[in-house]
Amino acid sequence: MDGIKLRAENLNLYFGQKQILKNINIEFPKNQVTSLIGPSGCGKSTLLRSFNRMHDLSPDARIEGKLFLDELDLYGRKNSVTDIRKRIGMVFQKPNPLPKSIYENLSYALNIHNYPKQDIPNLIEAALRESFLWDEVKDEMKKPAVKLSGGQQQRLCIARTVVLRPEVILMDEPCSALDPISTKKIEELILKLKEDFTIVIVTHNMQQAQRISNKVAFMYLGELIEYDTSDTIFKHPNNELTQRYIGGYFG
Amino acid sequence: MEKKRIIGLFSGLVLGGSTLIVVLFLGIILWDIFSKGFPSLSWNFVSSFPTNGMTQGGILPAIIGTVLLTFITTLFSVPFGVACAIYLNEYARPNTLTNVIRASIRNLAGVPSIIYGLFGLALFVQALNFGTSILSAGLTLGLLSLPYIITTTEEALKRIPNSLREAALALGVTQFETIKDVVLPKALPGILTGVILTLSRAAGETAPILFTGVAFFINGISASPNQEFMALPYHLYMLSTQHNEIEQVRPLAYATASVLILLVFLLNIIAFYVRFKNRTQD
Ligand SMILES: Nc1ncnc2c1ncn2[C@@H]1O[C@H](COP(=O)(O)OP(=O)(O)OP(=O)(O)O)[C@@H](O)[C@H]1O
Ligand SMILES: [Mg+2]
Repeated sequence: MDGIKLRAENLNLYFGQKQILKNINIEFPKNQVTSLIGPSGCGKSTLLRSFNRMHDLSPDARIEGKLFLDELDLYGRKNSVTDIRKRIGMVFQKPNPLPKSIYENLSYALNIHNYPKQDIPNLIEAALRESFLWDEVKDEMKKPAVKLSGGQQQRLCIARTVVLRPEVILMDEPCSALDPISTKKIEELILKLKEDFTIVIVTHNMQQAQRISNKVAFMYLGELIEYDTSDTIFKHPNNELTQRYIGGYFG
Repeated sequence: MEKKRIIGLFSGLVLGGSTLIVVLFLGIILWDIFSKGFPSLSWNFVSSFPTNGMTQGGILPAIIGTVLLTFITTLFSVPFGVACAIYLNEYARPNTLTNVIRASIRNLAGVPSIIYGLFGLALFVQALNFGTSILSAGLTLGLLSLPYIITTTEEALKRIPNSLREAALALGVTQFETIKDVVLPKALPGILTGVILTLSRAAGETAPILFTGVAFFINGISASPNQEFMALPYHLYMLSTQHNEIEQVRPLAYATASVLILLVFLLNIIAFYVRFKNRTQD
C-alpha cells in the first residue's frame, strides 16, 4: 500500500432506491493530483463527498463497501467524523465563505480544534501566503469575507482548508465559477499544494485536467470506466467510452 | 393589440384601485383614532394612575402591565419556540411524524385566541394553581405566540443555504457548533423580525388575558408575578364598552387606543429596521 493515501473498496452508494455509485474500486496516490472526469450526473461529486462523509447528513443516502485514509476505516464505528473531516478537507464548487470576517474564516476552525492561541496569527498568515491571497487581503483582515471577489473567495476557502494542514484536499469543480485569471491562479496553487497534500479534484475542463493532474479517472453512469496516468487517458485511452468522451463526442 | 392594452389598463386600474381602497381605510381609521385621541394625550396621561373612577388621570399601570406581560411572554415563548424550530429544521429527519408535528403547529396558529384564554384558565390558573395573575396571562400569551415563533424561525433557518452548513462541517466542526456559530448568527435578523412581529400581535390581544389575570383597576404597581395587572387592550375595551360614564371617558378611550397603536408601530418599525439593516449588509 506504499504511496496510497486514500482508497475505496467495492463502494456502492444509493440515494433511496436509486444506485448512484456502482462497485467503485479506486486508489489515490500520495502527494499527487488525481482528476475525476465524466459527464454530468455520473457521480463524481457523490464519490468525492463519500470520502469526507458529507452524505452523513442526507437521510436517504446508504453506503456499502469500505473507504480508507491510510489504514483508517473512514466509516468505522469508533472513528470520529470531525477528526476525519479535519484530515480530509474539502473545497466546494461555489465559494462558500463563512458569514464572518476574512480573519475569522481562518481562525474559526483553528479555535474549534483548540490550536494554541499564540500560534493562530502565524498559521493564518502562512496559509494565506500559500494560497496567494496574503498580499491582497493583509490590510483588510476584518472585512467581511463575502465582500471579496469570487476568485478571492475561492482562494480564501482553499486557505481555510489548508490552514488546518489536512492530509487530503477534495476539490469539487473549484474553478467552475471563476474567470480565466483566477482559474490560472488556483491551478498554480494546486500544483504547489500537492507537495504537501494529496489532492483529488473534479473538473469538467479537459485542458485543466491535463495541465494539473498526475492521474485521471473517467466515470460514466456511476461506474469507474478507466483510471490511469494523465498521459494515457488523454493520449491513448484504452476504453472506447473514454475515447469518445475525451474526443468530445458526448457530454 | 388594442384588446391587450385595454386588458392591461383595466387590470392596472383594478389592482391599483384595491390598493388605494385598503390604504384609504387604514388612513381613515388612523385619522379617526388619532384626531380624537391626541387632545387627551399628554405626559400626564402616560405617567399617572387613573383617578375618579377612571374618568380622569392616566394609564400608567396599563402601560407597565402590558410591557411586563410582553416580557413574560417573551421569556417563555422565544427560547422554546426557537429551540423547537432548530430541532425541526436542523435535526429532525423529514418523515411522517415531523410532517404531522409541523402541520399541527401551523394549525395551532389558526386557533382563535379566546380558546387559548380558556385553555390558560384551565391549565395555568386552575391546574397549576398560578391563580389569575400576570404569570398565567403571560404564559397563555406565550402559548399563543409559540406557533408563530416556531414557523417564522423555521422559515428563517430554511433560507440559510446548505452550502454554508457544509462549509463549517467540512472543517471538522460539529453540527451543534455549526448551528450555534454559523447558522444562527446568519438567521438572527430573520428570527428577530418574526419574534418582534409576533410579540407586537400578542401585546394587543385581549381574549387570552381576559380570564387569566387582567384586572379592571389596580391600586399600585407590583413586580410580583402572582398579582393581577392592568393592560392596554383590556383597559381600552373596558373604557369603550363597560364603563358607567361611557360618553365622558370616550376621549380617554381614544387616547388609550393611540398609545396602543403607537406601541405596536414602534415594535413594527424595529422589525422593519432589523430587516432593512440586514438587507443592506449582503
Ligand atoms: N442528495 C441527493 N439525493 C438524491 N439523488 C442525488 C442526491 N445528490 C445527487 N443525486 C443524484 O446522484 C447522481 C450523481 O450526482 P453527482 O452530483 O454525483 O453528479 P456529478 O458527476 O457530480 O455531476 P456534475 O458534473 O453535474 O456535478 C445524479 O443523478 C443526482 O441526481
Ligand atoms: Mg458535481
